Amino acid sequence: MMKDILKRLTEKFPISEIEEQRANMIFVTMPKINAVQCISYLKQFEGFTHLVMLAAVDYIEDGIFQLTYILHNYELHTDIGIRVQIDRKQPVMESIHTLWAQARTYQQELKEMFGIDFPGSPDIDEPFLLEGWQNIPPMRKDFDTLKYSQETFFPRPGRKHYDPQKYMKEKLYPDKEPE
Amino acid sequence: MKNRDREKFPNVLNGIPVIDLESQKFLKVWQGPQHPGVTGNISLEVTLSGDEVVDLKTHVGYLHRGFEKLMERRKYLQCFTIVCRICVPEPDTNEYVFAAATEELAGITIPEKAKWLRTLVLEMARLASFLMWIGGQAGALGMGTIAQWTVAQRDYILDLFEELTGARVYHMYMVPGGVRGDIPDGFIEHVEKVMKGVEKVLYDVEIALLNNAIFKMRAKGLGYISKAMVDEYGIVGPNARAAGLARDIRKDSPYLIYDQLDFNVITGTHSDALERTFVRFREMLQCVSLIRQVINKMPRNGAYYTHIPNPLHWKIPAGETYVRAEASRGEYGYYMVSDGTEYPRRVQVRGPSYTHAIAVLEKLAIGTNLADLAGLMVSLHTCPPEIER
Repeated sequence: MMKDILKRLTEKFPISEIEEQRANMIFVTMPKINAVQCISYLKQFEGFTHLVMLAAVDYIEDGIFQLTYILHNYELHTDIGIRVQIDRKQPVMESIHTLWAQARTYQQELKEMFGIDFPGSPDIDEPFLLEGWQNIPPMRKDFDTLKYSQETFFPRPGRKHYDPQKYMKEKLYPDKEPE
Repeated sequence: MKNRDREKFPNVLNGIPVIDLESQKFLKVWQGPQHPGVTGNISLEVTLSGDEVVDLKTHVGYLHRGFEKLMERRKYLQCFTIVCRICVPEPDTNEYVFAAATEELAGITIPEKAKWLRTLVLEMARLASFLMWIGGQAGALGMGTIAQWTVAQRDYILDLFEELTGARVYHMYMVPGGVRGDIPDGFIEHVEKVMKGVEKVLYDVEIALLNNAIFKMRAKGLGYISKAMVDEYGIVGPNARAAGLARDIRKDSPYLIYDQLDFNVITGTHSDALERTFVRFREMLQCVSLIRQVINKMPRNGAYYTHIPNPLHWKIPAGETYVRAEASRGEYGYYMVSDGTEYPRRVQVRGPSYTHAIAVLEKLAIGTNLADLAGLMVSLHTCPPEIER
């Protein structure tokens, strides 16, 4: 069944890569411009009526964000993951809030955590989890969590800091000469 | 209700009520972030006309701990110790799904005995989660006593967890590769004793709660979910089953040893808060039956752990996957991307409350009474920690 769906899908849309993760889970990669059309087709004609999730992966070394739309078919109990690569410098993607009501929340979170814009999605510019966030979107790979915490939070005065390696060596092998 | 004079209520334009706060006809009330019936913090910004909710907006962000970002800086086994903290009342689903995703990417198959032990823990966690929930549901609609009974029984299940895993709440039992230990001596008898206690309390709950006239009147018709809404809003689990859709991942795409257990998918018809209570109540009884089946059929001997490479230098082959399981609230899944290094490139958690507490609650709350709002929220079995991760 999944093979028939894939055959119809490859006829209609320019799919660049097909990866079969397991018998009921397939990932396909396609250009940004066809993705929403393909998702809409899968929802209306192939029975993939359940939007499982919308996730983003930051491939900073390639300068891209990968968006993954996972759809589920309740009749066949199969999943399909639509992978779309978008430019990291201009992270804009078409919104799917008209297809599923809960997509709005995913898009709002992606805007906040990755800075990917979905023009037209309701409340897209409102903060979702982080109120008054001033820094770059925190789920991006170039956001330095250690630097941020050192700049934002200050250790309690008088607190001792131990280097874990040294501390354990002194505690466990105090007589042994350091190598 | 139909013949009520609705002159004082806002006009509806294109399906959206026109709310002019300046007119002083409306009142804005914040409910939360603390809710007695919900495990976690979530805030509801309610706009009222009289005592009727005309608009609702869910605000989250009180529990954001950045687990998904933390996982990108940790090795797989280090991630395992934090995933269980994503959902407090039912941490084992997180453990299982994380372990299953890691095993799938690494190409590890776990021994038969580990599958049985994992199923046992998952079912015990489901029962514990439901026992906590029914207390919240009863409390939100004015019956605080039920929570005293059921939370006490949940504590006995936590005792069982302590006996089996060494921890009460965060067990960290289902490590990638199997489970951490076999069942101790006398554990089966203890399980049977606790299950008898649970059954007795559930019998009391049935008499006191499910046959209570006030509870029935308040819960009936509250938060009706139509079949068409289920797919549009991504509603899963008992909320979808109460709408009459027989969808259960344990049955549809069986994982672990659920295909060897005898159970039916429990569905309802009326799809309101009362029906959801009935569905979950029957699922609690089903949990008891499943736990008994597992401990009776479980192989007594055999390996429960398979060899995995040194976890401090464990490189998982590049790839991505999505693994799901049926939690007490519905579909729970992890999307995991590995880039061939010792650290995961990305892990995203899909919790059922992500849709239930935001899009669905905002839709269902319109037109309900303020006093019933807490009951409505609990009837969707909201768990805010899994929204924010």
